[in-house]
Amino acid sequence: MRLTRAVWAAGVLGLVTVASPSFAQKQGGTLRISHRDNPPSASIHEESTISVVQPFMAVFNNLVVFDPKEKVNSPDHIVGDLADSWSWSDDKTKLTFKLHQGVKWHDGQPFTSKDVKCTWDALAGKDSDIIRKDPRKIWYNNLKDVTTNGDYEVTFVLGRPEPSFLTMLAGGYSPVYSCHVPDRVMRSKPIGTGPFKVVDFKRNESIKLVRNPDYFKKGKPYLDAIDWKIVPNRSTRLLGFQSGEFDMTFDSDVTFPLLKDVMAQKPNAVCEARPTNVNSNILINRDAPPFDNPQVRKALVLALDIKAFNQILSQGHDLDGAAMLPPPAGFWGMPADMLATLPGHSPDVEKSRAEARKIMEGLGYGPNKPLKIKVATRNIAIYRDPAVILIDQLKQIYIDGELDPIDTTIWYNKIAKKDYQLGMNLTGIGIDDPDVNFYENFYSTSDRNYTGYKNAEVDKLIDQQSAELDMGKRKKIVWEIEKKLADDVARPVIGHNVANTCWDPKVKGLVLQVNSIYNGWRFEDVWLDK
Amino acid sequence: MGAYLVRRLLLMAVTLVGMSILIFALLRMVPGNIADILMDASGNDDPKEKARIVHDLGLDRPVTEQYWQWIDGLAHGDLGYAFVSERPAIEEIAPRIPISGKLAGLAIVFAILLGVPLGVVSAVRQNTGLDYGLRVLSLSGLSFPSFWLGLLVLMASVQWFGTIPIYDADAHGFFAQVKMLALPAIVVGFRSSALIMRLTRSSMLEVLRQDYVRTARSKGASNASVNYDHALRNALLPVITVIGIEAAFLVGGLIVTETVFNIPGVARFLVEAIRWRDYPIVQNLTMLIAVVVVTMNFLVDMAYMVLDPRIKFG
Repeated sequence: MRLTRAVWAAGVLGLVTVASPSFAQKQGGTLRISHRDNPPSASIHEESTISVVQPFMAVFNNLVVFDPKEKVNSPDHIVGDLADSWSWSDDKTKLTFKLHQGVKWHDGQPFTSKDVKCTWDALAGKDSDIIRKDPRKIWYNNLKDVTTNGDYEVTFVLGRPEPSFLTMLAGGYSPVYSCHVPDRVMRSKPIGTGPFKVVDFKRNESIKLVRNPDYFKKGKPYLDAIDWKIVPNRSTRLLGFQSGEFDMTFDSDVTFPLLKDVMAQKPNAVCEARPTNVNSNILINRDAPPFDNPQVRKALVLALDIKAFNQILSQGHDLDGAAMLPPPAGFWGMPADMLATLPGHSPDVEKSRAEARKIMEGLGYGPNKPLKIKVATRNIAIYRDPAVILIDQLKQIYIDGELDPIDTTIWYNKIAKKDYQLGMNLTGIGIDDPDVNFYENFYSTSDRNYTGYKNAEVDKLIDQQSAELDMGKRKKIVWEIEKKLADDVARPVIGHNVANTCWDPKVKGLVLQVNSIYNGWRFEDVWLDK
Repeated sequence: MGAYLVRRLLLMAVTLVGMSILIFALLRMVPGNIADILMDASGNDDPKEKARIVHDLGLDRPVTEQYWQWIDGLAHGDLGYAFVSERPAIEEIAPRIPISGKLAGLAIVFAILLGVPLGVVSAVRQNTGLDYGLRVLSLSGLSFPSFWLGLLVLMASVQWFGTIPIYDADAHGFFAQVKMLALPAIVVGFRSSALIMRLTRSSMLEVLRQDYVRTARSKGASNASVNYDHALRNALLPVITVIGIEAAFLVGGLIVTETVFNIPGVARFLVEAIRWRDYPIVQNLTMLIAVVVVTMNFLVDMAYMVLDPRIKFG
């Protein structure tokens, strides 16, 4: 509650700051930000990490974008970017965009509707030279065709109505690529239409962006340049911020224990806590013993003490929720009273555990005959820590877990081969939207449905909510899906993470969006008050 | 002498060929390859996309063919393309070598400047308060982990000076670079200086008990002359061996220090490349390190001849 108030207060303050006429934006200056690691590449469409989106979103434009002045990403907060206007056909299966004219790529080539077609043809799975990996192809399952009408009009033809389609185009993961730049270049020195051009991307060293003088939004951006310095050691990054070497930390880089140190060393720092829409969850191999038995799965989820996870991992700041980010930061998540009725989320943990023990005893397990399992996880602290707590909690119901730390390079390989029993995982949701989350993580045909969870009824409900135009009715279907996933122990969520991002008070115009870390990094409204 | 040189050079060549096979084989024995990692980074496991990457990078060709292609390229100065950045490996490696070279050079200079004189002083003033103090200092140098020392130095720098020495690629000129690299070099070199100090001390103590030193003293030579002209020169032989080995093994210390001080040198780059299974980078960099180690050993052996005329190679 305390956090919620803080988030909303910061939101209001952010809006006031942006709207206030007394803050005349100043041109010039270089924004210096620390980066936590080497981005795998610079091609946003090929990757699924904030390490790529945060620095490179400023190089591109979308057709539409979440309003950068709003803190909550929602369908009614979408504004035009490369598109001046858009309209749906009467049957809601055709979405037509009128494109801004006179826009140029950073190499001087004109931007046209062909580039939009090229991008989404590639993303929908057609052979292409502009990407070689497509981790979000499931987003575009319903996209049947992209047609152009002249150079400045493009239409997306859908198989059925899908109101979320526009929302998916508004996220940081949906930039428009150019037809004439090959994938190799997009991965190393991408060409976009955005407010900043890439000067250099040196692995282990830096990412340098400079102002695009030909940017089609007149007067923007305000900054001359953005310098990202790649600093893999978090202590060094934060010391750099405290000593003034950096104007801003990497997104969500400041954990709650570290926040005290940062504020002590740099009392004037502006630090904002926000949900990241990254959740910690348990992967369950339901195709092999012992978790092929629904009773064992139920006992597992009844043994969880979400509050204890939260206290240990984030000093009580993480949020309890089901598959979708809970309100008020989350737009779609179920209300708290409904959440409390789901298995694993009951406030009476002891009662739930007593029920779990009864189930286990019925299956022949007990204090002298525990069920021995392995809990696999990436060998990285943020994965290992919750896995260790899970093992401890499972002891309460006669499950004797052993940690199985997996080299991060073969993690998904191992999961895909079903070579695990339980796995502790982190899942980032690109956009706070049910289509994005459900299709990616729970739909039976998705590449990223790592556990291979298959439920025809859930698939049907996912399709049903996806086509529902009435927001109220849709929310109810979404909550029904969340409940079914929880009852099925599909991928139990143990917490939605919350973390801090800090910046120097001279950095103005930055609005952190509270329901996804992957959006809002265009930097075209950011300026330095020097 | 000539025959000895030829023998040594041939042995160096054989060692390097053996190293190349070992590096190549070990890399491929580690689970996971670049395609696994690239797919993992994007969180999907599409077999078709993975197969395309494997094919594009030539990883589906026979291992012997891959080895031969590497060696052939190496012989022609072509280090291939880095898997991750997709740029020529030479363009990735070459700019980082001088950075680590300067840091390692500065560290070894610091280690020698601190280690040798303090070792001599410690030996000459054996069992005095000064000796005890210096021995404690050298022990701390050997026992402090360099990442801990590095972080401590950074924190102190923020606390006292309000700044930290973040690497700046635009810092040109000798003094600007020394200023930027001095603190990391001290952190890296501290351990080596401790080792050199201890070895110089024990070596000096042994030499100071030799008959010829006593003879020099009885002939009226001054303390300084006995210590530095007569004793130190002979005491330095084992020290030089250690300096050579330390210079080669400094890479290990550089990895931690480059990470803590955020210096974009080859050591940190190598670790990152191993993590990504970036074979062209790892193979070529490891070979480079092998060449440096083998060459350092060779140079140390040559230095023996200069320092001790009694040593003859044949």
